[in-house]
Amino acid sequence: MWRRDSRGRKLRQRIIKALLMACAYLSVLTTFGIVFVLIFETINFFREVSIVEFLTSTRWSPAFTDPQFGIIVLICGTFLTTFVAIAFAVPVGLLAAIFLSEYASARLRRWLKPALEILAGVPTVVYGYFALTFVTPFLQATIFPSLQIFNALSAGLVMGVMIIPTVASVSEDAIYAVPRALREGAYALGATRREVATRIVIPAALSGIVASVILGISRAVGETMIVAIAAGNLANLTLNPFKSVQTMTAFIVQVASGDTATGTLTFNTIFAVGMTLFVITLILNFISYWFVRRYREIYE
Amino acid sequence: MTQSTTGISQRDRAEADFKPSTSRRHALDWAFAVLVFIATMTGLVVLAVLLVDIAVDGVPRLSWGFINSFPSSFPENAGVYPALLGSLFLLLLIALLSVPVGVGAAIYLEEYAPDNWLTRIIEINISNLAGVPSIIYGLLGLALFVNYLGPITGGKSVLSGALTLTLLILPIIIIATREALRAIPDTVREGGFALGATRWEVVRSHLLPMALPGALTGTILALSRAIGEAAPLIVVGAATYITFAPDSPFSEYSALPIQIFSWISQPQEGFQIDAAAGIVVLMAVLILANSFAIWLRNRYQRRT
Repeated sequence: MWRRDSRGRKLRQRIIKALLMACAYLSVLTTFGIVFVLIFETINFFREVSIVEFLTSTRWSPAFTDPQFGIIVLICGTFLTTFVAIAFAVPVGLLAAIFLSEYASARLRRWLKPALEILAGVPTVVYGYFALTFVTPFLQATIFPSLQIFNALSAGLVMGVMIIPTVASVSEDAIYAVPRALREGAYALGATRREVATRIVIPAALSGIVASVILGISRAVGETMIVAIAAGNLANLTLNPFKSVQTMTAFIVQVASGDTATGTLTFNTIFAVGMTLFVITLILNFISYWFVRRYREIYE
Repeated sequence: MTQSTTGISQRDRAEADFKPSTSRRHALDWAFAVLVFIATMTGLVVLAVLLVDIAVDGVPRLSWGFINSFPSSFPENAGVYPALLGSLFLLLLIALLSVPVGVGAAIYLEEYAPDNWLTRIIEINISNLAGVPSIIYGLLGLALFVNYLGPITGGKSVLSGALTLTLLILPIIIIATREALRAIPDTVREGGFALGATRWEVVRSHLLPMALPGALTGTILALSRAIGEAAPLIVVGAATYITFAPDSPFSEYSALPIQIFSWISQPQEGFQIDAAAGIVVLMAVLILANSFAIWLRNRYQRRT
């Protein structure tokens, strides 16, 4: 029956707390693991390749007999696909956020929000297949006959579709946090619904909207399968979206799909590229976090 | 009523500047309303086109043989059997690994952790991990689980893949479970403590059952993300051409997204159709998992 047994209970309490704590600290270990692994293998890479060449060379040809390691080529490819994706996702996502928060009825919103979220849940290989076998032939047949089979444009557009929910839902959170009084004040002065949305709500929610855009950029920079499938694997230094490019992520996939022995230069290269990618997304995530915090400070 | 002359002239000027131009503004408003509606529908229309496109390409190829066969160099004989089993095996291992750890971390952070800088660092760290590209987790898994811990994990094994994907989805499970725990009113905890229950007893008997629907939904969403991931698995060495089904955590494996990627990369038309059929199978697994999540949530919500 009921026993106090405080010593046994206290010990059990301590063990349980220690176990739970270990689970939480695992996340810190993961971060340390990522940083350690990337730094360690990147140092190995820079033992063989000069850091100056890595940052300044304008050619990327690690598999050639005269290998060149100009990361700028892969960054350029990443930038190009990301730019296309953002140019599509930001206007569409932001306008959708305005529709959801300012125009849609509560009932419609309850249906539309989860429906839009599905876009973020579709596996990226599926998007890659869609970009390669539907979007590219479609664009070739309609607007851009000169489009290459593998190109930055289709990959970027489909990536943009994937990012719509990110931009829409973070923007909508920011728009939602704009006090009602601001809207009512504007309506009282005779403003129309569009004027309230574009002149009052968007400026008031701007820092949250910027955060959503940066988060979207970070997603696009790290996205892998769509670009690996549809953007091709030609490390071109070009800003022409009709051509094939290679992104940082696509390069890692290309190398990893082949057989690469541990400790070889090629093996270390994917870690050096991964390090570059990690640093870029980390900076973007921090900026986005900072923006989100700033707008919270204003309205809470 | 007397007004100063300057006041009148100011008002006159303001009235002269002010053009209500209501018809133009209302026309613009109407156009804007159409625009935001089209923007909202764009994503949904693309989703519908994508689903129809894949169904048209893939469904005719589906057959029992496709589900039950091994990959082949002839597209018409190829099947998803080892990839499907590999994905299900991964799913099982990931669930076993990630649910206890993720829920445990959430309980610690929400119920036990003191409010200090260390806890805040863990919190910032978790939200940051959620933003790290999946392929970076692949690199971590390749170095840590496949190489350094190879003797324990079996190198390019199902276990290495599952551990990598577990780290990838832990932040999602932790965040979802914390939100579910936070929604429980403090009176529940205080009632438990007043009866002399220890913190863990309160957690086990009240908080966990109450947080279950929310935590489950988040967990299944996270698991379906893991099932659809291809990039980290390619990096940790999931095989693309495999002629046996995985039978232990240490055996080689393939997974549905990897098999699909491999087929897409083949030049022959027939393999593209195989890829579409593979996608239909993958989407079916995902829809099943999500329906299960909804069913579970409804069931537990009714009980509590």
